Amino acid sequence: MSHTAHHEENHGTGEIKKVTIILSVLTIVELILGFWMIGITSEALRLAIKGTIIILMLAKAFYIVAYFMHLKHELKNLIMTVVVPLSLFVWFIGAFLIDGNSFKNLRNTYDPYFKERSTIKVEKKAEGHGGSHAAGAAHGTADTTAHTKDTAAVENNH
Amino acid sequence: MSTATVDTTKSWSGGKSPFNVEYGKLMMWYFLMSDAFTFGAFLISYGTIRFSTNGWPDPNVVFKSFPFAPEGVNAPLVFVSVMTFILIVSSVTMVLAVKAGQEMDKKSVVKYMIWTIIGGIAFLSCQAWEWNHLHHEGAWWGRNPFINADGTASSTNFTNYFFTITGFHGFHVFTGVVINIIMLIMTLLDKFEQRGHYLMIEKAGLYWHFVDLVWVFVFTCFYLV
Repeated sequence: MSHTAHHEENHGTGEIKKVTIILSVLTIVELILGFWMIGITSEALRLAIKGTIIILMLAKAFYIVAYFMHLKHELKNLIMTVVVPLSLFVWFIGAFLIDGNSFKNLRNTYDPYFKERSTIKVEKKAEGHGGSHAAGAAHGTADTTAHTKDTAAVENNH
Repeated sequence: MSTATVDTTKSWSGGKSPFNVEYGKLMMWYFLMSDAFTFGAFLISYGTIRFSTNGWPDPNVVFKSFPFAPEGVNAPLVFVSVMTFILIVSSVTMVLAVKAGQEMDKKSVVKYMIWTIIGGIAFLSCQAWEWNHLHHEGAWWGRNPFINADGTASSTNFTNYFFTITGFHGFHVFTGVVINIIMLIMTLLDKFEQRGHYLMIEKAGLYWHFVDLVWVFVFTCFYLV
């Protein structure tokens, strides 16, 4: 711990260059994974890619905080007072996402209306917006038109 | 008991700062930590709602436009990559400004601060274009023209969270640009030369990097995943 003393002058342009390259490469890998994911329908593979992207995101966060914000070069006492409270996020993220997921499962089990609504496909309305038109076309799955009547019924309920 | 602890930990025996940083910089760290919880709460709330819903709009369909490109162009992830790289580059120029400040090199500080401000304004312009474009497509708080990825009807949760969180981040970028402009003016007026240090640039730099850091999370949560 004795070497945590002042060595702010040791890191220079070389370190900045290195971290810039690392951040750029991580971002490019994230984007490649993002592009790759567009055509993939397998739910398991999509989940794996999403997990990889989140790990890369955390790596980017580490490099920004540790090197660009110089936290790595501060005294250990200071690092601890900043990083230890952030560990609350482990509970924060876990508890809330699990709660959300559980709420979805409960509603799917006990709320038939919620369940039914989330299985009915929407017939895309022919509006003037070019963008939303393309959106409908991109999702032109085989059974889009099959449920037109059901959609109308649901919309009357509102 | 108390004398024993004083002897063993030199940092806390008085006479010097136990964290070896200036007061303002330490408080900037604690402010950023609290701000991390604010953004964390926003993003976790978004995640909770997304996890509690069966369908969700496909970001590659929603964010597929590019400025000056013909209507109906299909370019997912392209524009947001440009925004991400703008913010990374402006973060790098900010690091270089901080480094120049530590070396008491006023000319370089001015140069890199100007580049950082340009990067910040470029990012804000991109965001303004994207908001305007989405608004023209019918998206706003309380309005969502985009259907879910599986073709089912969507709720307004998607647009509400998107505009709230990117808006809050955009506001941070805006304040960051204002702070950086103030720092640039103070540098030009030789304020830091008179003080003998450029610590204010370091504190503004911490804030600016934090804005970049938050974008890493917002970008992943809204555009990629």
